Amino acid sequence: MNSSRDPVVRSHGLTKSFEGKRVVDGLTFSIQRGEFCGILGPNGAGKTTTLRMLVGNTPPTRGDLFVLGHRIPSEARVMRARIGLVPQQDNLDADFTVVENLRIYGGYFGLSRATLRERIPRLLEIAALGDKAGACISQLSGGMKRRLSIARALINEPELLVLDEPTTGLDPQMRHNIWCILRQLQNDGLTIILTTHYMEEAERLCNRIILMDRGHILADQSPQSLVRDNIEPHVLEVHGSRAECWHRTTVIDASLRCERVGESFFFYGMNLESLVQSLDRWEGVQYSYRPANLEDVFLKLTGRELRDV
Amino acid sequence: MFETFRRWLAVWHRNALVWRKSARTALLGGFAEPLFNLLVLGYGLGSFVGQVEGMPYVNFLVGGILATSAMNAATFEGLYLAYTRMEVLRTWDGMLAAPLSVTDVVLGEVLWMGTRSLIGACLILAVVSAFGLASAWAWLGVLPLAFLTGVCFGGIALVVTSFARSYDFFVYYITLGITPMVLLGCVFFPCEALPEMVRFGSQFLPLIHVVELMRSWAMGEFRMATAWHIGIPAVYALLATAFAVWRLKRRILQ
Repeated sequence: MNSSRDPVVRSHGLTKSFEGKRVVDGLTFSIQRGEFCGILGPNGAGKTTTLRMLVGNTPPTRGDLFVLGHRIPSEARVMRARIGLVPQQDNLDADFTVVENLRIYGGYFGLSRATLRERIPRLLEIAALGDKAGACISQLSGGMKRRLSIARALINEPELLVLDEPTTGLDPQMRHNIWCILRQLQNDGLTIILTTHYMEEAERLCNRIILMDRGHILADQSPQSLVRDNIEPHVLEVHGSRAECWHRTTVIDASLRCERVGESFFFYGMNLESLVQSLDRWEGVQYSYRPANLEDVFLKLTGRELRDV
Repeated sequence: MFETFRRWLAVWHRNALVWRKSARTALLGGFAEPLFNLLVLGYGLGSFVGQVEGMPYVNFLVGGILATSAMNAATFEGLYLAYTRMEVLRTWDGMLAAPLSVTDVVLGEVLWMGTRSLIGACLILAVVSAFGLASAWAWLGVLPLAFLTGVCFGGIALVVTSFARSYDFFVYYITLGITPMVLLGCVFFPCEALPEMVRFGSQFLPLIHVVELMRSWAMGEFRMATAWHIGIPAVYALLATAFAVWRLKRRILQ
């Protein structure tokens, strides 16, 4: 029907308006097979709405969208037989055990009992829930529920896995655990799209990042090139009770880009060694000198103001 | 066609499994309560009332109890449980992440509501038969009619749910819709007792027709002349389900 070289997702001018306000505004992008694509952006950037359109759970106001060669939303139901979706908010069936959840979900896909008998043990293994097969959902920890949600989304052996903030609210151990699972899935050839607030997550997992804000794409490239192209190589962050005093009494190269956030100062540049040395004599001032990372780029491109939507 | 039905059945099956897990309490509410009403009112009140429409009062009451219990089971399911699945547990979101559409979910739900009413009617019929209050042929008519009643009131309840922003909203429908319908639906007394105007108005609501049919079918009286009554709940079932699909599509896919 569609060759493996066709993009998994192809979107042109994708737009969604709510009550006249454009939440997603003219997105044009495509995602190839085997890519691990992260959609990043502050609250209200349009990430979740984009994912909802992608899986056919809300129709675009304008634009063309194809997923696995199916036109969305008209062929969304057929397309969903070939993808897996992990929602932001767990919606596991609390009335059932772990295995029953997988079995019933498989029923929604029309999978036979024989197929399910064959697939479920493998999925429990991926989610490391083998010894919890008969447990009720209420007995699972947050991380276990997340892993079960991922396992459930794999029940139909999807060609594309879509995750909406898969690690939000999990402790660091569990987050690393989920990352391991996702990385393994990508190595097995699965195409993955996820949204996240965690820059570290995007930097570690994704080989492609679509940075969104206010419904637009601000950047679309690999995390490494995103950092290389958009920000100075080094960052010096200075804070502490006497940071203000230090700032006033120190001569600072005017060509350095400096940002002030509350009591903290951020300096960006190629070489900040001399500035770092000037800090050594100061008590009551803390600093960190490090290579610029994705979070710096994120803040630079989307601004620092709060987004309460 | 079969494939479409298979998808509805997947939703139906999920609800059936949940119901089975708590069947004991579900049965107690859905089946013991109407029976208590029937026996206490039927024999207690009946001892004062005597004969109604040429039969003992308890026999007269059987049809009304079968009809209202079918209505209540589906209404509860379509309001509180459906709202919970939609907004609280987000079970429907899970289904809509799989290859099911909103139409599939609604149709599966409505079929399940019909089934719940059918299960309730089965049990009540078994007990009233043991008391000698129903004909041996009653099940032929009563059970399919209970299913239709469940689909009808389940569909209407889903329309109400599609407008709900919290559980409180359901009080309006129950107090202003369901309760008057029961009181004016000739459940407890014959229609002749109602003022002409009210009687005329009641004809446009589905319950009174279900009661009418349940009453005669429970006695094993199947007459062509009264068969038209089935048309009203059937039309309500179709229109309400179609409207619920349209409403919920708008609500969920916005």
